[in-house]
Amino acid sequence: MNNKELAIMATKVRKGIVTAVYSAASGHPGGSLSAADMYTYLYFERMNIDPKNPKMENRDRFVLSKGHTSPGLYSALANRGYFDVEELTTFRKLGSRLQGHPCMQETPGVDMSSGSLGQGLSVAAGMALGAKLNNQDYNVYCLCGDGEIQEGQIWEAAMFAGARKLNNLTVIVDNNGLQIDGPVEEVCSVYPIEDKFKAFNFNVITINGNDFDDIRKAFEFADKSTDKPTCIVMKTTKGKGVSYMENQVGWHGKAPNKEQYDQAIAELDEQLKSLEA
Amino acid sequence: MVKISDTKIATRESYGNALAELGKEYENLVVLDADLAGATKTSVFKKAFPDRHIDCGIAEADMTGIAAGLSTCGKIPFISSFAMFASGRNFEQVRNAIGYPHLNVKIGATHAGITVGEDGATHQCLEDLSLMRSIPGMTVIVPSDDIEAKAAVKAVLDMQGPAYLRFGRAASPVFNDFEGYKFEIGKGIVLREGKDVTLFATGFMVAESLKAAELLAAEGIDAEVINIHTIKPIDKDLIVKSVSKTKKAVTLEEHSVIGGLGSSVCEVLSENLPAPVLRIGINDEFGQSGTASALVEHYGLNSEALCSKIKAWLK
Repeated sequence: MNNKELAIMATKVRKGIVTAVYSAASGHPGGSLSAADMYTYLYFERMNIDPKNPKMENRDRFVLSKGHTSPGLYSALANRGYFDVEELTTFRKLGSRLQGHPCMQETPGVDMSSGSLGQGLSVAAGMALGAKLNNQDYNVYCLCGDGEIQEGQIWEAAMFAGARKLNNLTVIVDNNGLQIDGPVEEVCSVYPIEDKFKAFNFNVITINGNDFDDIRKAFEFADKSTDKPTCIVMKTTKGKGVSYMENQVGWHGKAPNKEQYDQAIAELDEQLKSLEA
Repeated sequence: MVKISDTKIATRESYGNALAELGKEYENLVVLDADLAGATKTSVFKKAFPDRHIDCGIAEADMTGIAAGLSTCGKIPFISSFAMFASGRNFEQVRNAIGYPHLNVKIGATHAGITVGEDGATHQCLEDLSLMRSIPGMTVIVPSDDIEAKAAVKAVLDMQGPAYLRFGRAASPVFNDFEGYKFEIGKGIVLREGKDVTLFATGFMVAESLKAAELLAAEGIDAEVINIHTIKPIDKDLIVKSVSKTKKAVTLEEHSVIGGLGSSVCEVLSENLPAPVLRIGINDEFGQSGTASALVEHYGLNSEALCSKIKAWLK
């Protein structure tokens, strides 16, 4: 896809995010929107996947370690054809396949159940090691929150991935700078993120996570690694695409009301219109 | 009658040996350790299959997640550590990364219970059965000797889904070498028939219960002894069948009396056949340092202490 096509798709993914959270009257729009460009790039350009065969053996894997941002993943999967976009309105409702946090047994395309923070990178490392043991050449991508890397297990997993030279593993840290209780820097600073991952024997690249040229460049960088896992620190805007949600910590885990929802959709439709023009 | 042999072997040894043996047949079997391969005896497997042994370092939570990831790639991972760290340190990882997605990961927990001995309370896990059986879909097994331990490893390899196996550090006598012994997950084994009381025992306590039953017989008490090797799914039918005959139940385990075999048997009986139950195990307290045999005696888990405790209760 070219950048324009990706941007159009990312806007549709954002509409799906807002619609899912509004329909559920609960959920986490902020971190879903910040990473919407990343989800779009992964599922529409980067990953070797087949929506008709979600369990394809040699597919690339994606682990959403920050599982609360499931609306972003679900919206990308739906737009990619794993299931109907209409199903996003069932999010978080009784009996839905779209659980509050990802459930691999329920949702086509979800490679791992997740949501308890700090656990995803270990699982992703296991999948990457599995590829090595099985002589397969797929890649494993893991998306973490910047607040999430306060969890100690992330660093156990990073140590293992570095020690095992898992060059088929890429961890993406969504550095939108905000966690529930406030700015990451104030709650319990995770900075410098880059030096930490370098010390754990990762290749590290810092990018603008809301820019497709930057995102593409980061994965091309990861592809070149022969003996190290890669960490992509992506600087993003939490709530990206919906004006009143941008950089507002209050929109970490809150659903819009009807009026706010209408405004969000109107803004996103406007963005679509100008992109398609 | 079941004979308790003079041959003693720790079930952790059986575990390591079984893995090394079964590794030939099960090519997808991989073993993960957290720097305790020597103690958990998986070093035997490591020697036979170095490429299929993964030492994760001292990081049990990470090891649990790695195993979850490997299982999604068609591997059958066994994660090995002391029971304290294989069920306690990583409880939430087991619940959320293995239990919830019902992944095919097996947990080999060694050094369980009081017979860990000298290491003391921090390493004597008395709560693992309680923790593990509360996870939906988790199979929980406590082998009672070398033969049963090896059979259990094979049985969990042949089933789909998560399983927790509890092994001991101390050498324990072999007695399941009798004709007709058959290990089936979820099926208890009647080792001695009796009419006055049923002794439901698990793991290390099965052999002690058999010895206690002999002592009770000398006192005129005819005890039935049942080996409940599978704590979950529990053999409800056998428990009800036996107690409908004996009317009284004693549970024996090297675990807290809260949440393990004792609680499981009480749950079955109170819902199906209310009957008096005496729970024997470690009461609501932590362990301490000492040799395994000194601790067994101190906590009243040897056959003589069991006999007098049961006799007094039956009066």
